[in-house]
Amino acid sequence: MRDVAIVGVGSTQFGRAQWSLLKMMCEASHDAIVDAGIGEKKIDAVYVANMGGSRNNRMAGLSSALVDRMNLYPHTVSETIENGPASGASAIKHGMHSVASGHCDLVLVCGGERMQEVNNFEATEFVSYLSHRYAEYVYGVTLPSLAGMFTRLYMERYGLEPRHLAMVAIKNHENGAKNRKAHLRIPVTMEGILTGPDALNNNPWIAEPLRFFDCCPVSDGASAVLLAPAEMAKQFAKTPVLIAGMGQATDSQAVQDRPDPTELTAVRMAAERAFAMAKLAPKDIHVAELHDAFTILEIAESEECGFFKKGEGHKALERGETKIGGKLPINPSGGLKARGHPVGNTGVSQVVELALQLRGEAGDYQVPNQPKHGFAVNFGGFGNNVVATVLKRGV
Amino acid sequence: MSPPVYDWDAGEYLTSEEERMIDELEAMLRPPVLPMAPYPPKAVLLASGETMVVRPASVDEVDTMLEVIQPLSWLQRDFYDIVAARLFAELLGWKTHRVRNEYCLVGVIDGVLAGIVNGRLWDEKHGVSYHTLTLKRGLRVGSHLFASKMEHHIEYLGQDEVWIVAESPIGHRRWMIEYPLDKKFEVQHELGGAPSYVLTRDTYFKAKSRLVTGTRPVPPELLAGSYPLRKPDLKVMLTQIEHTLEARL
Repeated sequence: MRDVAIVGVGSTQFGRAQWSLLKMMCEASHDAIVDAGIGEKKIDAVYVANMGGSRNNRMAGLSSALVDRMNLYPHTVSETIENGPASGASAIKHGMHSVASGHCDLVLVCGGERMQEVNNFEATEFVSYLSHRYAEYVYGVTLPSLAGMFTRLYMERYGLEPRHLAMVAIKNHENGAKNRKAHLRIPVTMEGILTGPDALNNNPWIAEPLRFFDCCPVSDGASAVLLAPAEMAKQFAKTPVLIAGMGQATDSQAVQDRPDPTELTAVRMAAERAFAMAKLAPKDIHVAELHDAFTILEIAESEECGFFKKGEGHKALERGETKIGGKLPINPSGGLKARGHPVGNTGVSQVVELALQLRGEAGDYQVPNQPKHGFAVNFGGFGNNVVATVLKRGV
Repeated sequence: MSPPVYDWDAGEYLTSEEERMIDELEAMLRPPVLPMAPYPPKAVLLASGETMVVRPASVDEVDTMLEVIQPLSWLQRDFYDIVAARLFAELLGWKTHRVRNEYCLVGVIDGVLAGIVNGRLWDEKHGVSYHTLTLKRGLRVGSHLFASKMEHHIEYLGQDEVWIVAESPIGHRRWMIEYPLDKKFEVQHELGGAPSYVLTRDTYFKAKSRLVTGTRPVPPELLAGSYPLRKPDLKVMLTQIEHTLEARL
């Protein structure tokens, strides 16, 4: 098996797209190709990550459409990967396998989602299709409601308080404000969203104990990475970033079927597998992008991945360890919370952000001291299908 | 004594008789106006930690507001174009005394205009909500200002109900669903088009704790800082509203 490197990255502005889903994906793909400087080399395969194109945008077979629009046919093969909100990292995993196996040399992986083509009710409805059809969905369970119940249990068991959730939002909004491609570029304060006289109005309940600022926005956006064998990586324009490890694991679809609903077993197993493949440990990671669709998830995932002991993620947060400049910066891009969460795209955008960090090109939100190892968790469903990725600067 | 009026067509100053005729004509054109209780300013602490002063606007401030609103009438995003165009006309109508019983409230952050709401009294007991225009998005500025408008109608003007339509999906979610408002389709709202909804005193007081906020009195220095009204930077405002503009620039 060959080692696989990321040789080019690209991303659109996140937020509400001015253009169609396909045009966004073209923009991100074009940026990744230009970033890599591929010259006359041909792209052998295209993998597209998307979750809601058929429903929200009335578009199916997106990879074929992208190949056509980018004039990559007939040489290039293509497939669309749908794995819920973990579609992005799943598509990268498939791209990596294609290159590692020797089947392909140059692979474009593009994630894209245009959620704001439908109204917020439909967007929430579409995301709730991830829940168990008969144990959850029919009873009106949505992803925010699952996260609310999860948070309540976590608070009871580990002493987490509302201020800890707010601290995640404040940190990620502060980071997102520095990221010119982020959906939300508005810093928020503890007084403004939790303790001040108008906080309940600014930050109303969504699924108690989760409030408005505990939830990620509904975003449009596309991102792309270009993959190549590590031995070819130096032929490209930018510092290559090695995909050192990838791990995936699954869990019961219905949260109620888990022995302990506060255990994110798939996150733990996916991380363990990614670290084992990379021959690295959590202590070796210098920057992480975790799937904070809800503020509680950043804390819980940081524990399951082994960065902090179970129940102590919020203490590390209090100590400022997860800020840019802290011991382990988490979500310096703003995370899903502020950079945005175009669901099928998110896994790709996390890897794009980490690659920029490892290349030292993240600009105002660059993590100091030249980070060498990055880590991402892309969380599908409510933790029922999780992909973890370890990246390493250089090959 | 008022200054003499120069007649540009005739190339001479109007005589007092001609002035008197113009005044009489103008008086015929101007609608009678109901007395309105003033809206007491309040301070709202936003999620960003900034404080927004919500206060009544004066007719003297209309020109400043029009300069801010005008460029938005070409912005095809979230129905800013139609809201800006209509609000422009309404405020111009207020300034030139061509709309009856109109009022306008503004949201001001650090002296800079952040949002505008307006409406008018249909009669003593019924109000008409016109528009809500947010110039700084993402902080529920529009929500706070709309709530202030409802507060004005119900609590300070003592009205029984306010007739409301939404011209954007965001407005529909914020007003019709969040409060929630009652249907009153038999009333044809002045803005035409969509069926009317109504905020009653009952609806207002049920929603008040959730949606109406702010602290009174506003500290004098904070209130003074909201005068004179300053325009937001055009590029910053458009970028913030359109959201994707910065990347394209």
